[in-house]
Amino acid sequence: MDFLGVPFPVFAGQLLIGLINGAFYAVLSLGLALIFGLLNIVNFAHGALYMVGAFVAFLLLDILGIGYWPALLLSPIIVGLFGMVIERFLLRPIADLDHLYGLLLTFGLALLIEGFFRQMYGVSGETYAIPSILQGGFNLGFMFLPTYRAWVIVAAIIVCGATWFLIEQTRLGATMRAAVENADLVRAFGVNVPLLVTLTYGLGVALAAFAGVLAAPIYSVNPLMGSNIIIVVFAIVVIGGLGSIKGAIISGFLLGLCEGLTRVYYPEASNIVIFVVMAIVLVVRPAGLFGKTA
Amino acid sequence: MTDTLLQTKNLQAWYGESHILHGIEFSVPKGQIVTLLGRNGAGKTTTLRSIMGLVKNRTGSVVHEGTETIKLASNQIAKRGIAYCPEERGIFSSLNVKENLQLPPVIADGGMSEERVYELFPILKTRGNSQGTKLSGGEQQMLAIARILRTGAQLLLLDEPTEGLAPVIVQQIGEIIKRLKDEGFTILLVEQNFRFAERMGDVHYVIEHGEVVDRFERAEIANNREKITGYLGV
Repeated sequence: MDFLGVPFPVFAGQLLIGLINGAFYAVLSLGLALIFGLLNIVNFAHGALYMVGAFVAFLLLDILGIGYWPALLLSPIIVGLFGMVIERFLLRPIADLDHLYGLLLTFGLALLIEGFFRQMYGVSGETYAIPSILQGGFNLGFMFLPTYRAWVIVAAIIVCGATWFLIEQTRLGATMRAAVENADLVRAFGVNVPLLVTLTYGLGVALAAFAGVLAAPIYSVNPLMGSNIIIVVFAIVVIGGLGSIKGAIISGFLLGLCEGLTRVYYPEASNIVIFVVMAIVLVVRPAGLFGKTA
Repeated sequence: MTDTLLQTKNLQAWYGESHILHGIEFSVPKGQIVTLLGRNGAGKTTTLRSIMGLVKNRTGSVVHEGTETIKLASNQIAKRGIAYCPEERGIFSSLNVKENLQLPPVIADGGMSEERVYELFPILKTRGNSQGTKLSGGEQQMLAIARILRTGAQLLLLDEPTEGLAPVIVQQIGEIIKRLKDEGFTILLVEQNFRFAERMGDVHYVIEHGEVVDRFERAEIANNREKITGYLGV
């Protein structure tokens, strides 16, 4: 059975891969958008912290025997706390300088973190087993759907939904959105904005670590896994609209699908299609699809 | 004798290299309305921002209920019971009216309940889900005042609450400010609209070039009207 000129199993398979990539893109770009929204920093360390999330899961298992499910919670907490230390002691002192300094600092941090893990573990990568309950898959008739990959999509949707709810529907989220607009005034209302900024950076970084744990059983746990994905994630954040939560989530999933479909119809362009979309969006709508125009 | 709630001494402030305040001195008695009058650029708004800790480079003394606050961060100053309503109103466009209203945390007992706030500003109740910045100028000003009444703060700093508003709305805002005074709030009011300020204020300070140059009690206004209008250029 053909679908739009290609065998349906091939079409559905690539769509699934696109959706899985989209799930990672969405969680990662959501963290980046959160951080950019409140701190105005393009967090170049995001990819490295995603990689650290995967490595923390690997080390928890390797050294302490702590498995996947606890790691899914522990790794984001550990890496999130590490992120808060970064914000408090490295980013806050330069908060009043041009944002370029933040970009350069996080870029340097990314190189440092990546270099450390390369030194310790090399670049060949470590394997991380799929938890037993998520092994195997379902035969859908037209394709085989691995259980773990289905779980990744579901987990990403849940986390993105929960983060959206936190930002858009709670008082804490309202305070965060207000601080994005006018941090001075929010502080003059008695809100400890510096603490809010630290927590937001921690949350953004925890999301990256969560994506890292999800990725560990699919890709090898590798010091380069962050740098391989981060440029694409930046492009997605730009397409969604810098700082837009909704934009990051929707663009993440859509562009994952777009990449998957390109792999079906014109595989040569699959690695660049997101950047082509970014270029078009920047020309047509510079604020991004969901960003606020000035 | 009236208790002093807030007192500034030799308050100086800078924006970058620009020296804006040159030793502002005044006091705000508890339960009264004190106005700061002056021309554009005299330093009235900077005085409020300095009291609130929003001007980083400031020196001198700001004593609130016997405690020096000049070195405190603005969130710590707010938690002492001082609430600020900025000149540009500071309504958040990403928040609806209800979210704007609920944004400032309650810092002390005795703040108004939401029901009480809606009683004072009934129009806000009907606009709860509207985007804050979609309100009219008068409604935005009401929202800006309403949201600081929930916090329990007893000293309200109001920066030009009548700016750009129609006379009928100015009158409503004036009635609300008087009502707040009757309920025990202390108000430090920055105004360029002298006709409005003279009806509101118990004490008036005139600021010129970052300094207090004169002070009038309410009863002294009538005999000094010409002098005051001269200061203000009206």
